[in-house]
Amino acid sequence: MKQYAVLRVVIRLLLPLILLFALYVQFHGDFGPGGGFQAGVIFGAGVVLYALVFGLHNARTIFPPWLLRLGMSLGVLIYAGVGIVSLLLGGNFLGYGALDAHHPEHGQHLGILLVEMGVGITVSAVMISIFFAFAWRGR
Amino acid sequence: MVTAVAVIRMRDLFAIVMLFGIYSLVSAGLFVVLDAVDVAFTEASVGAGVATVFMLGTLALTTSREKPSSRSPFLPLLVVFITGAALIYGTLDFPPFGDPNDPIHKHVAPHYIEESGAEIGIPNIVTSVLASYRGYDTLGETAVIFTAGIGVLLLIGGARRRKPPTSDKDSSP
Repeated sequence: MKQYAVLRVVIRLLLPLILLFALYVQFHGDFGPGGGFQAGVIFGAGVVLYALVFGLHNARTIFPPWLLRLGMSLGVLIYAGVGIVSLLLGGNFLGYGALDAHHPEHGQHLGILLVEMGVGITVSAVMISIFFAFAWRGR
Repeated sequence: MVTAVAVIRMRDLFAIVMLFGIYSLVSAGLFVVLDAVDVAFTEASVGAGVATVFMLGTLALTTSREKPSSRSPFLPLLVVFITGAALIYGTLDFPPFGDPNDPIHKHVAPHYIEESGAEIGIPNIVTSVLASYRGYDTLGETAVIFTAGIGVLLLIGGARRRKPPTSDKDSSP
């Protein structure tokens, strides 16, 4: 897609905003609509846009398959790990109140933040790798 | 509704995918009208955005025309009518929409609305329900996404090996 100068310039301007918006949705989910799932999808969509305009090869050098596979499993691991840590600290599985013995609210905050991060990592990695799988096969 | 009928009538799969995207966007607007902003957000980003891209990717791998079916459409039509009639019959027992005395507003919802500010301490009740009260469900959802990713990677993700056509007979037990 070397010939579409307008597309390349516009996407170059838009892409940081899309990725920033994904992070905003991720970490602002406590206060407004949104959360890990939506943020992961938006992040994945941003990377898909990059791959469409700048080529699959460039996108795959930024997000190599091993990184995506690592991200997919890391997110689930973070989520389940938070549950197990709260179990070890004397609470219920996924009972985040146990993460902070003195202020259960703070523990809840931390737990939700970590869990949403796990969801976001898994969802974005899965979305990107599904798109790469389709596009790579269709070349 | 209009898009659904158009999807049924059309044979061009590319247009159908686009209509599905429009349908998702319209339902996202519907969810906003119903004050379910989180659901609308998900529907707009997943249904209208990423799912459309994935279906287009599938079309690029296969073909974009639907094959005309040779079977008679009456048996499937009958099944669909019976199922739809059963579902509509089921809705007759539902409590009236928006009534504050509905069972769904009496069970755990008051607890979430009144206590989650003190128990969890974050303003968005949807997030506290999703990530804390119903943490198991969200863990399951994440596992589902993970499994879907693994499935796609196993099916079409690997490096393409060009096997000679005779190797099938040798490898079969």
